[in-house]
Amino acid sequence: MIPVCPTTALPPGEAIRVEAEEPIAVFNVDGDFYAIDDTCTHQDASLADGWLDGCAVECPLHASCFDLRTGKVSGPPAKTPVRTHRVVVRDGMVYVQPRTAAGCDA
Amino acid sequence: MRRVSPAVAVVGASLAGLSTARALRNRSYDGRIVVVGDEVHAPYDRPPLSKEFLAGAASRDDITLTTPDDADLGIEWRLGTRAVGLDRSGRAVLLADGGEVRADGVVLATGARARRLPGSGGLGGVHVLRSLDDAIALRQDLAVAGRLVVIGAGFIGAEVAATARGLGLDVTVVEAQPIPLAGPLGADMGAVCAGLHADHGTRLLVGTGVAGLVGTDSVEAVELTDGTRLAADVVVVGIGAVPNTEWLADSGVTLGGGVLTDARGATDVPGVVAVGDCAATWSESAGRHVRAEHWTNALEQPATAAATLLGARGPGPAPAPYFWSDQYGARIQFAGSRRDGDVVRVVEGSCADRSFLALYERDGLPVAILGMNQPRLFTRWRRQLRSAVPAAS
Ligand SMILES: Cc1cc2nc3c(=O)[nH]c(=O)nc-3n(C[C@H](O)[C@H](O)[C@H](O)COP(=O)(O)OP(=O)(O)OC[C@H]3O[C@@H](n4cnc5c(N)ncnc54)[C@H](O)[C@@H]3O)c2cc1C
Ligand code: FES
Repeated sequence: MIPVCPTTALPPGEAIRVEAEEPIAVFNVDGDFYAIDDTCTHQDASLADGWLDGCAVECPLHASCFDLRTGKVSGPPAKTPVRTHRVVVRDGMVYVQPRTAAGCDA
Repeated sequence: MRRVSPAVAVVGASLAGLSTARALRNRSYDGRIVVVGDEVHAPYDRPPLSKEFLAGAASRDDITLTTPDDADLGIEWRLGTRAVGLDRSGRAVLLADGGEVRADGVVLATGARARRLPGSGGLGGVHVLRSLDDAIALRQDLAVAGRLVVIGAGFIGAEVAATARGLGLDVTVVEAQPIPLAGPLGADMGAVCAGLHADHGTRLLVGTGVAGLVGTDSVEAVELTDGTRLAADVVVVGIGAVPNTEWLADSGVTLGGGVLTDARGATDVPGVVAVGDCAATWSESAGRHVRAEHWTNALEQPATAAATLLGARGPGPAPAPYFWSDQYGARIQFAGSRRDGDVVRVVEGSCADRSFLALYERDGLPVAILGMNQPRLFTRWRRQLRSAVPAAS
């Protein structure tokens, strides 16, 4: 598990980019934390820089929207989903459990 | 009069046409949707044609617009087929092969084509860039060329210059106006963006017209109005685009620098809407018809036009116009509507660092925002502009 930050450092509506083998973006949606791949599947944009709208993030470049719960993309230009990752909150700290390429928790 | 089998004909099989077909199905339209496109290619994305695709970093597959999910839309594709007319009642699209598509609703999405330099036809090595075929031909020529001259320092010209520099060519850009991009960005910021050329070793000549092209079979040089000759193996003409509306001349649809529509995409022929680069849409804030030539417009307009076609209301007012351009690795983003006289100031970063946000204000209110290499802050400003736009009455 990768430590991300104290919960207080990631207030609702905010996102943070975590360096991992593949960078991960962690979001706080009204107190619930979600993690997805940070790099857009269209081009090289950081989704942590995007706009959080409910449970979706809009890519900062060409506005494809990704569902934080499923990783699914809602519209062009991106065509493939991002991976989702498990978030664990323990003792006031946020951690992510990166999913491996094979799709299971590492 | 209701036909047994309702149908919508979409003319133009690119971003705006495909997006309208998707939007119709989103609204549960279950009639036939026939998409007529004169290119043989399935819909593809144009922005990469001057960037990643031209550089060889993106493949044909990468730029395909359709996804496997689109198969469920049940679209009848008529690719490689040109529409040559619209029945005056607006109820049939006439095809070049003599056939026709009868429909209750028609979507005009024929986009635009690159403007050509008069008298440049037939000379090898001279290119425009609008279609996939154009991009493939240009890429082939760039691969064996040493010197490129780009005529026109607009967004597409600048992007081609940047990509060609990345491929190692010697590049000169010639611009007739004293400051490139002054139209869309204003003089100050146009000059800042044009500064990217010098940063990356591209020569930029401004305020210079082109007198003609020199060469017998293939182009050898570009002759400027001041008599200068620029040697060239390849020339790219990037002097704007013209809407593809000639085929509508006798259709009863009113044309004026594009297909004229109201704010909701309706033309003055009932049951006919227009979207994307071919449409000059009424803009309340501008007080005139505006033909936007940007990707996001061609993506977003169809939701409204599909609703109009189906006699439905919604979605809400159009968001602030948005476009981007990638040059020499710099990410340029612009949102809002700028006019001459707007006051512009840098609110974050610095132009010299090529990383900044510039805010355009009119009467003390923000009207547009330009970002270079600032996607995060830009997105926040863009959102604020969106919500600042007054709701349409
Ligand atoms: C090289 C390039 C780079 C670009 N880069 C950017 C960028 O970085 N950012 C940005 O915001 N925008 C960019 N754009 C603009 C963006 O691609 C366009 O705004 C968008 O493609 C418009 O979509 P459209 O569907 O309205 O028209 P188009 O994409 O022009 O498609 C119209 C289609 O209709 C077809 N057609 C025309 N006439 C007929 C007929 N009579 N019968 C049948 N079919 C017909 C055409 O062949 C074409 O396939 C770029 C454009 C180009 C060319
Ligand atoms: S980079 Fe995310 S949509 Fe293009």
